[in-house]
Amino acid sequence: MTFEGVPGLVERRDAYGETTLVVDPARLLEACTYLRNEEGFNFLSDITPTDYLGWGEQGIAGYYGTTSGRDLDALGAQGLARSPEPKPARFAVNYHLLALGPSASVVRVQVWVDDGQSVESVVSVWPTADWHEREAYDLMGIRFDGHPNLSRIIMEDDWEGHPLRKDYPLGGEPVRFSGAE
Amino acid sequence: MAITTRPQVYQGSNIPSPIPTVLQVPPALRDSEDVLQVNFGPNHPSTHGVLRLVVDLSGERVVGLRAVIGYLHTGFEKNMEQKSWWKAITYPERIDYVSFQNNELVFVLAIEKLLGIEVPPKATWMRTLLCELNRLHSHLIFLGTSALELGAISMFWYCFRERDQILDLSELVTGMRMHTRYFQAGGLAEDVPPGFAAECRKFVDWMPKAIDEYEAILSRNEIWLERTRGIGLLSAEDAIALGQSGPVLRASGVEWDLRRARPYLAYPALDFDVPVYPNGDVYDRYRVRIDEMRQSVRIVEQCLEGMPEGPWTADDRKVVLPPRHELHTSMESLIHHFKIVTEGYRVPEGEVYVTVESPRGELGCYVVSDGGPKPWRVKFRAPSFVALEATATCMTNALVADLIAIVGSLDSVMGEVDR
Repeated sequence: MTFEGVPGLVERRDAYGETTLVVDPARLLEACTYLRNEEGFNFLSDITPTDYLGWGEQGIAGYYGTTSGRDLDALGAQGLARSPEPKPARFAVNYHLLALGPSASVVRVQVWVDDGQSVESVVSVWPTADWHEREAYDLMGIRFDGHPNLSRIIMEDDWEGHPLRKDYPLGGEPVRFSGAE
Repeated sequence: MAITTRPQVYQGSNIPSPIPTVLQVPPALRDSEDVLQVNFGPNHPSTHGVLRLVVDLSGERVVGLRAVIGYLHTGFEKNMEQKSWWKAITYPERIDYVSFQNNELVFVLAIEKLLGIEVPPKATWMRTLLCELNRLHSHLIFLGTSALELGAISMFWYCFRERDQILDLSELVTGMRMHTRYFQAGGLAEDVPPGFAAECRKFVDWMPKAIDEYEAILSRNEIWLERTRGIGLLSAEDAIALGQSGPVLRASGVEWDLRRARPYLAYPALDFDVPVYPNGDVYDRYRVRIDEMRQSVRIVEQCLEGMPEGPWTADDRKVVLPPRHELHTSMESLIHHFKIVTEGYRVPEGEVYVTVESPRGELGCYVVSDGGPKPWRVKFRAPSFVALEATATCMTNALVADLIAIVGSLDSVMGEVDR
């Protein structure tokens, strides 16, 4: 499959035997409808948001040159062997699609958004997206336009913050007592 | 591999609108004051965890339903981002504590895909064998508990008798009854112990007789048939639209099994059937799982016969711990051991999505690596989570007494739903 006709296709990447289609967020719904109707991807496996805040900031270990010059103080055990590819925005939302049929092919659709930017909901294309999108909203804070019931699903309704974000504190969760101010 | 039969379980689609996972009370009925809202839980009707269902009843009939989850959320995915790759292997098996071996497998396969490491055939065959034993284990728990909920308490004891034999085998191989951490990037953690083949053979010889016993108790039992047939209907189209996989999908007449469609491990070399039933009800989901247990026994038998000799883990000192005895004689081995245990191995930058056919359906693992010793992001596509999305569709026009049978037949493990 060439995927050349996918509406809003920005880039196609092939790595580790997997195909990733980077799609313009404004035309996501169009692209998903096309993939389901024309390419046979009738099954949505999963929706996964990823937070790339601080991606590659760990720096390079040892004597290797970095973009900011050499860092001789970096500990060998802590740094990376080489700088990872920079990412176009903070959040990636990945849609893993499967063609449930003889071809059994899979593809990943990826859209890039910044904090506060919303993504079109694909519940109208695949009803199973309902809970996946609610989970993405709950844990990563991605808003989905046109979702019929975008509320928290894993955390409590009055929870503050989105736990899977990279800037969410790891410890020191405030303990809530009944009757406390 | 194709959709062979397209049964007409019901006309059109039963998926509620506008919210596909919430059954809403019809407006005319809502104003009539005959609707009673009942709160089920937070307690799983099948005691697989903690699930809350908010059910609207009109007499005996369910007219509204909403599933509330999240009570078992423990933040596995967040935790795994803080651990090095090889320490994170212990987490996935605790996500779905009933099919722990398959969960462990999918994460290890994802690491291996990024590393590009080759696994010796003996490890691949042993993994296949253990995953099939684990499938039996999971289906036995399904069978025991779902029959228990409908009043057949003896089934529970029979199923847990065989389950214990599987856990004994697990203990023999890995030293642990559950949550084994036996798979690791490159192969297995230890060699297959001597005597395992003989013990496993005993089990393989016994298990078909045990399955005959289960069927003798249930398959033509009038009460069981009355409680399960024609209940919790799900058509093939609705099942695909709702992302259902595994036994739930196959009970709706769709011949789809990732072990066949997108083969992994040693499955291409093995001979097994994919059971498919067309009626999409609770009884057919039971039938699919019973038949799958028979197929799993066949696979275990073939794995025992076909198990190749040779190394059980890859010879890659940057990823796999060196043999224990070398630590006393080789400085280099000691350094490798120290580096892997303290820092962990580095996994090349990239993102992969790996799927396996777990006892509950398509289990996926999406991992992102930035090239460092810890995962940047881990996400599990949990089949139980998706299965619960179908409750509203399955409960359309159901009676309140069938609620537990239907939720039980979807076989959700709440640990995996909430992660």
